Amino acid sequence: MKILIVGGGMGGTILANNLARRLTNELKSGKTIITMLSASDKHMYQPGLLYLAVGRITPDELYRDQASLLEPGIKFHVDPVEEFKLDNNQVKTKSGKIFDYDIMAIATGSRMFPEGIPGMVEGAETFYTEETALKMFKRLQSFEGGKVVITVGVPHKCPMAPLEITFMLHDYFKDRGMADKVQLHYTYPIGRVHSLENVAKWAAPEMDKLGIKYDTFFNIKEVDAKNKLLKSEEGAEIKYDLLVTIPTHKGMEVLEKNGLGQNGWLPTNRTKLNLEGRDNVFVLGDTTNIPISKAGSTAHFEADTLGENIAAMVKMGLPVREYDGKVFCFIEAGKDRATYAMFDYQNPPDPKAPTKAVHWFKMAYNKLYWISARGLL
Amino acid sequence: MAEKKIVDGRGSFCPGPLMELIVALKSSQIGDELEVLSTDKGSANDIPEWVRKVGHEYISTTEDGGVWHITIRKSK
Repeated sequence: MKILIVGGGMGGTILANNLARRLTNELKSGKTIITMLSASDKHMYQPGLLYLAVGRITPDELYRDQASLLEPGIKFHVDPVEEFKLDNNQVKTKSGKIFDYDIMAIATGSRMFPEGIPGMVEGAETFYTEETALKMFKRLQSFEGGKVVITVGVPHKCPMAPLEITFMLHDYFKDRGMADKVQLHYTYPIGRVHSLENVAKWAAPEMDKLGIKYDTFFNIKEVDAKNKLLKSEEGAEIKYDLLVTIPTHKGMEVLEKNGLGQNGWLPTNRTKLNLEGRDNVFVLGDTTNIPISKAGSTAHFEADTLGENIAAMVKMGLPVREYDGKVFCFIEAGKDRATYAMFDYQNPPDPKAPTKAVHWFKMAYNKLYWISARGLL
Repeated sequence: MAEKKIVDGRGSFCPGPLMELIVALKSSQIGDELEVLSTDKGSANDIPEWVRKVGHEYISTTEDGGVWHITIRKSK
């Protein structure tokens, strides 16, 4: 049985390790082979970018060698897939190699796409890559005061990022003694400050308390970088001195080029996690078109489900459980307080007031992530 | 030619059915009809409110077995 995992991010890595432990005997006997194909030999802890943007960690803390995170027995190649030949159960990689599979999992993630909004690349700071997060931090360090506008594209990775960066910017400027020189102005696409109603009910009073202004029903139309003017689809305009964006995201280009899904999002069964129309191809993490959060925890819980199911398919010929839509997100409420939201397809979240204890647990998780990626937590 | 699309936001608390609709509208043509499925009764208010504010056409809302069907037309 050949199991192919395409993508070496959080979802792919947890799945590969989960399977390697469940299929130890099959791997030793050579009856099962697990292969991972990735575009990079490094693994990035993506949530760390938020902290890099406000100078709370350094870039080196974001990375580990991908090979060091994988269980022995997993065949790892830095050779990204360029062609998916689903009818032949094959992929072709950048180097020209062909890999056959009996079961494939696609976990190629997502990418920011600020280019989709006119003027956004020139006009706004963001933090979804190491390069942009560092650039944003340097810009913050040289900022001498004025109106800082936070704006949010859809869809985007990490649903809590808009609130987190806003609260962290508040504390960043406060620590620099600039609270009276900076006006934070938050915008959000729908009629409240967050898509989760209970999160919005908590966050709006927090913003009121901290003097953060907010506008809802604000979908970005364009950025006039020359005149520092942000325009919305709803017809509003906001002047800014510094613009921070949570950019619109897309799935990976290779998936779109192969005709697997519009904008790189793959049509995925929400409980079985198979690619629609294929029983031996599964999708997890940001790559799916399932209408839930594009977050690390989503990929993690989906990988747990698929680990059990694919191992069961190898041993018994059929999967054993369904994904219930579980998501868990920490929410940083500044530099030293945090809360969290946990929900699934049936149950909405009910976040509590932020505490220092949850913040420190998040700080610990930033280190524990590397154990999580190994599939041990 | 205008299309009719289903936006399946059932079970979606985050990003939620309205966000799913906003994403779907980006890849739709003027005149396309979009029917949002939602298990959140709040969508019955949120979606028509947003649609009217932005300037699309709100068509109807029906409820069937705990699923709200909210239909709109892209107008701009």
